[in-house]
Amino acid sequence: MRKRKTSRIDICHMRSFFFLFLRMMRGLKDELVCQLSYFPLDLKLTVKNKGDYNRVYWLKKEEVRLMINWSRIVTFLLITLLVFGVIGVYGEKVAKSTTLGLDLRGGFEILYEVSPLEPGAKMTQQTVKDAVYAIERRVNVLGVTEPEITVEGTNRIRVKLAGVHDQEQARNVIGKPANLTFRDMQGHILMKGSDLAENGAKGVLDPQTQQPVVTLQFKDAKKFAEVTQKYVGQPMGIYLDEKMLTAPTIREVIPNGSAQIDGQESIQEAKNLAALLNAGALPVKMKEVFSTSVGAKLGTQSLQNGIKAGVIGIALVYIFMLAVYRLPGVIACIMISAYMFLLLLVQNLMDVTLTLPGIAAFILGVGMAVDANIIMYERIKEELRSGKTILSALRVGSQRSLSTILDANITTIIAALVLFQFGSSSVKGFAVILILSIVMSMLTSVVGSRLLLNLVVRSNLFKKPAYFGVRERDIREL
Amino acid sequence: MNSNFDFVKNRKYYFIVSLILVLIGVVSLLTMGMNLGVDFKGGSRVQVHVGKTFSEEQIKKDAEQLGLKPGSVTTAGDNRDIAVIQFADPITKEDYAKLTKAMQSKYGKHVDLQQSTVDSMVSRELARSALYAVLIASIGIIIYITIRFEFKFAFAAVLALLHDAFLVITIFSLFHIEVDLPFIAAILTIVGYSINDTIVIFDRIRDNLKKTKIKKIQDIEDMVNLSIRQTLTRSINTVLTVLVCAIALFIFGGESIRSFTLALIIGLVFGAYSSIFIASQIWVSLKERELKKKKKLAPANNEA
Repeated sequence: MRKRKTSRIDICHMRSFFFLFLRMMRGLKDELVCQLSYFPLDLKLTVKNKGDYNRVYWLKKEEVRLMINWSRIVTFLLITLLVFGVIGVYGEKVAKSTTLGLDLRGGFEILYEVSPLEPGAKMTQQTVKDAVYAIERRVNVLGVTEPEITVEGTNRIRVKLAGVHDQEQARNVIGKPANLTFRDMQGHILMKGSDLAENGAKGVLDPQTQQPVVTLQFKDAKKFAEVTQKYVGQPMGIYLDEKMLTAPTIREVIPNGSAQIDGQESIQEAKNLAALLNAGALPVKMKEVFSTSVGAKLGTQSLQNGIKAGVIGIALVYIFMLAVYRLPGVIACIMISAYMFLLLLVQNLMDVTLTLPGIAAFILGVGMAVDANIIMYERIKEELRSGKTILSALRVGSQRSLSTILDANITTIIAALVLFQFGSSSVKGFAVILILSIVMSMLTSVVGSRLLLNLVVRSNLFKKPAYFGVRERDIREL
Repeated sequence: MNSNFDFVKNRKYYFIVSLILVLIGVVSLLTMGMNLGVDFKGGSRVQVHVGKTFSEEQIKKDAEQLGLKPGSVTTAGDNRDIAVIQFADPITKEDYAKLTKAMQSKYGKHVDLQQSTVDSMVSRELARSALYAVLIASIGIIIYITIRFEFKFAFAAVLALLHDAFLVITIFSLFHIEVDLPFIAAILTIVGYSINDTIVIFDRIRDNLKKTKIKKIQDIEDMVNLSIRQTLTRSINTVLTVLVCAIALFIFGGESIRSFTLALIIGLVFGAYSSIFIASQIWVSLKERELKKKKKLAPANNEA
């Protein structure tokens, strides 16, 4: 087992030695034939030149092993270049396309508790769905991009609107039941908002009086004609919810199914009401149980603060890693950069909204990712101090640290999975980010870090323990 | 690590210190309770970014003039330019709009407001579900560690985890720091960190346990001391890097996440402390009891 492993390594080195040697000989302008033969322990190199004069070089196994392997250094540099290249090209794009939560760009969030319109009636999933649909149409009226409307439990609807300028208007538009009814003198309902034609309500200026009015067009002109015929000469109340808007007297039968609501204060108000009526009545009563709103300027400020804190925190971590771990520290920094990029990317792909606590979790995730590196490097340092060579310290250290890192992270993932299963809204969101960041940190700080470290160590360019943050005098003899 | 500090010998004192802290926490929670923010108490909280210094009295008067009933006005922010107005009763959206207009006309157009109105029931439910989730997660952790390690490790790790979470709550109760919704997220982060930190030491103990033959109590203590020493640099470095991030967030992250990051900082310190001084030590005590039992049993078997 052991033998096979070493021989594989040595053959790699032989090749690099061979090329190096060829280059050297070419300098001497000798025509040469190299013959390599491999013994279990040492390397025999036979060089033939023109004069049939054979020179045989014997190289100790240790010497071959210590040859600098440039191809590994080049691979290392290429990977590093690739990582930073991808971050450089796509980093800004990814960062910019991150969906920011409303605490970072202003907006508001309302949690409604919904109950049936008629007391005693039962709430079904269908009514909640209808309510969400109605809210969606109303939000569209506002022209808000990316509204987030989610159902929580059986009777709660959470509405998140980011980047709304006029919050008061938005709240009014969303929360109004907007149950339009036409009633007779005794309060009997004759027609309903649902009798309106599609987009049958319009907010316009009355061409005769120049007053803002809402014009209505009914689906069934015949039905409206019958109603007006029956109640001709009597006033008919037009109610929005329980409020009477206007009560025009029916002077004559209206055959074409159109009516008009007068008395609007402004053309804007008329248009709002028309939009509400077109969007349809809410099938439920809604009560605000939780609301939070953030001014747009404040949101931007929070975002800047968060980014500033992040940059400073991460910079300090980088400095710390470089100072304590030297060469592996450089690798840790490369991999943490990759980690941050990947986490942002995956968050984008999964449409996770970045909130302020999210930024905090993100930055802490960096700390956790660093931990995986620290565990491995400390283990390697420990092996180095015990007198092992760098290569075997790397092999033993990364192998032994793997089970530690796996156990620690799997335990945390289990906790996160349970939180996801049993937690509610924001606890769930937290669990998702936690799981994502653990998986990403395993990918970068375990797989990636190991790959780069192997390349660097096996290139034989860095042979002093000092490159790994280990002082010579701390090393014990084997 | 060349430290010769005996971590195990004095474990009684760590237990006593933690026990006293937990007791203080229980007493404090029973007598003073938590300083619950609007999120848990219900009502409204309006944050006015005035942009210059102001008098709390004046802001209160301004609000009263609008017919509102402000409970308290406090100053916040790095430049002392943020007024936080608490209302015991939720303010309506109309009142909020009025307040916004009034503040902007009085202190200038740049004034920005932030508002949250809460029916306490919702966040209480969230807190309750978070608590249950943590308890169920603890069971999951116990099962996993029992399979990978043994039950004694699982028990010690979970006890340490609950200890950390509870002590953060204790500090918040003791110093009457306001608790809001992100506080729950902070507690969850601490739970995750604490378990992570503990497992790394346990892993080393398990490793060394395989290598050493345990004959007497001293063997256990030496082995655990060695394990802690071997992982000490890692424990310190890890908590330092995470702390650096948390402190940066605390200082530069702005007003709205300050109590969140404060909870994190406290929790991280406790988490690092408990991994070494509580979790590992509980395991030592359990292991020693097991050893004593075996010894008692062994001669009895011989006689029979």
